[in-house]
Amino acid sequence: MSEAAMTNTGGVLPGGLGGVTSDFSADKQSFHVPWGKAMMWIFLLSDTFIFSCFLISYMTVRMSTADPWPLPSEVFALSFGGDPIPLILIAIMTFVLITSSGTMALAVNMGYRKDRNKTFWLMVATAALGATFVGMQAFEWTKLIVDEGVRPWGNPMGAAQFGSSFFMITGFHGMHVSAGVIYLLWVAFRVKNGFYEKRGGNYEIVEIAGLYWHFVDLVWVFIFAFFYLW
Amino acid sequence: MAYVAIADRDHEQHLHDPQTFIEKYIWSQDHKVIAIQYGVTAIFVGVIAMILSVMMRLQLGFPDSFSLINPENYYQFVTMHGMIMVIYLLTALFLGGFGNYLIPLMCGSRDMVFPFMNMLSYWVYLLSVIILLVSLFVPGGATGAGWTLYPPQAISDGTPGESLGIVLMLASLGVFIIAFTMGGLNYVTTVLQARCRGMTLMRMPLSVWGIFVATILGLLAFPALLVSAIMMLLDKLAHTSFFMPAMISAGEQLEHTGGSPILFQHLFWFFGHPEVYIVALPAFGIVSDVLATHARKNIFGYRMMVWAILAIGGLSFIVWAHHMYVSGMNPYFGFFFATTTLIIAVPTALKVYNWVLTLWQGNIHLRVPMLFAIGFIFTFIHGGLTGIFLGNVVIDLPLSDTYFVVAHFHMVMGVSPVLVVFAAIYHWYPKMTGRMFNETLGKWHFWMTLLGTYSIYLPMHYLGFQGVPRRYFAMGNTDFLPESAQALNASITISAIFVALTQLIFFYNMITSLRNGKKADSNPWGATTLEWQTPDTPPKHGNWGHDLPEVHRWAYDYSVPGQEQDFVPQNVPASEVPVGRDHGVHH
Repeated sequence: MSEAAMTNTGGVLPGGLGGVTSDFSADKQSFHVPWGKAMMWIFLLSDTFIFSCFLISYMTVRMSTADPWPLPSEVFALSFGGDPIPLILIAIMTFVLITSSGTMALAVNMGYRKDRNKTFWLMVATAALGATFVGMQAFEWTKLIVDEGVRPWGNPMGAAQFGSSFFMITGFHGMHVSAGVIYLLWVAFRVKNGFYEKRGGNYEIVEIAGLYWHFVDLVWVFIFAFFYLW
Repeated sequence: MAYVAIADRDHEQHLHDPQTFIEKYIWSQDHKVIAIQYGVTAIFVGVIAMILSVMMRLQLGFPDSFSLINPENYYQFVTMHGMIMVIYLLTALFLGGFGNYLIPLMCGSRDMVFPFMNMLSYWVYLLSVIILLVSLFVPGGATGAGWTLYPPQAISDGTPGESLGIVLMLASLGVFIIAFTMGGLNYVTTVLQARCRGMTLMRMPLSVWGIFVATILGLLAFPALLVSAIMMLLDKLAHTSFFMPAMISAGEQLEHTGGSPILFQHLFWFFGHPEVYIVALPAFGIVSDVLATHARKNIFGYRMMVWAILAIGGLSFIVWAHHMYVSGMNPYFGFFFATTTLIIAVPTALKVYNWVLTLWQGNIHLRVPMLFAIGFIFTFIHGGLTGIFLGNVVIDLPLSDTYFVVAHFHMVMGVSPVLVVFAAIYHWYPKMTGRMFNETLGKWHFWMTLLGTYSIYLPMHYLGFQGVPRRYFAMGNTDFLPESAQALNASITISAIFVALTQLIFFYNMITSLRNGKKADSNPWGATTLEWQTPDTPPKHGNWGHDLPEVHRWAYDYSVPGQEQDFVPQNVPASEVPVGRDHGVHH
């Protein structure tokens, strides 16, 4: 290709797959996004591999163990005076987390509209929903440990790996949610006190925080499907 | 195609302006200082690993002559030597060291995209090194489980360091992965998003390509190691049974039940095999640039070299179980993994042919970096060929866990990358320090190192064919081994001590040249790439002075016909080069 085609002074681009390659590899940013956003995407790709390894390992030990696997729908049932309702707490937790993705999406929108007040409150709402999720998870852990006698090394219902995998995977995910809550609050307060105004009024950081938050939600959907529903 | 100005977008990059000594050289956010911090730390632990290997060799060459080496210590030396060399030396040096130094300079950027995180990466790496070194001195000593840390033995009674050593080892690995992730995100994002004007991906020097793809491999492979480290820590500390089956030890039923040791091997090698290429790909890239520069010829088949790096990187994720042929595996899986393993030989051989063809009819200057680069071609072909033996299931079975395997991986991912490390240090030393090294001492260093390592590892192939098992403290009654095997072992040990002492020449040369070396020109080798075109040598903070460079050609315009000089730097515009070819993107 000639010198001209490398810059914006014109030139003919090749078509088809060659065009895709030369466009992607041209002397511009390979992805037309801010640096922080590109980095967040790459980090999330790496994090995807972490959670995939956790989930695949859980499935492997579930197959390798000789003891019966406890029934999640019975273990995670709550009764409110009457018959136990399977997975009711998990259903509420999932609902809370999915809702927080909605408020996060609204916050990103308000950020791009430079409505600092609404962005702040929507991010605080997202963080509050996330904190609620972690609180309910703490309740779930307490119930399992205190009432049901589930320990990382064993439990009365069956295979020891049930408790091991449960505490490891939900614990690791819960740490992600907790870190996300802190991250969201940090960005929210910077939005509020006008920190980003001094940097040219650029609110892409809200979307970058949002990417992380949606990712944590998405991971929960997989944990829900593979650990609780299976 | 709208042009987007990249690295000169002020609002994205806020370079800090260091004033004090501490800001400039200790808590520095300058990628060049961080690179040197990474490099010096990595080489420091590398020296420890080398001393450990000499201790092992003393026992193997002259059994029971040294009272300070008992079986426990021996296994600890083996383990720590392997772990340090692979992760704390080579990974850290190639990516944290050369990656940090070369990516912004070769891409024409002022710094990494997030300098603060880059600084943090080094200090977290240092923490992981400190944890690793502390494990040598805790009660029970460092872990002696072998660098692969296979359970159940890694955390069971009878293995040295099974109490505290293994815990600190796993913790150190976890901390290292955090450090690597912070650095690696920077390297990848800088290459993708912060190149200077005119620097298309297909004009990037192969060094950057190798480091870039290796970093992506690291970001996708280290998660598996992190997960296996967490699970093994839980097995050890919380008494879970992820990797631990029901076992009877010394007549007693252990508390573990139902875990899968093979799961650990899969996780470990899903990390471990890409790790080979995390070390090899930067070496491939750097050696390509060193060969082209000192042969005054463009690299042969640049585009194919790039695609080969990408192909090797992709394939490296689907070959891991060739490390597990003897672990017990469905034969169909063995067939699959043997096939993918042998397919990797195709892009790898392509690279080797292209290196040789780059030398063909080149104007070869046998300077020190070039000697090491050519040495690399020899050792890499050597180690690569034995890899084809070991990649086949039926040939691997009898050779597995013998010295043939030790010889193979030391040639291919021990000696070869280390030779490239030396080539790279000599090649960029004038740029990093502003001084020339002593050429004569460098040549002595090369020849003694190359011949010494060959006399270490060539005989090991023979020992492997004889059936000498690896990781044995002593042979005991082994009638199948001839007497000469022990003589060979003694000779290998003497060679190992010789090579270790030879490195003193290197350190002497590097340190004394800092002060006494001749002042270096800004471009002593006549190289085309951007790091040699900086206004200052060594480059100052921000690299490029007031204006960023602009790139007009690929990185390999050497000996272009009709030119006065035998090289045209990447930032020379076409208008200043009346005759000659335009090496933009070829179609």
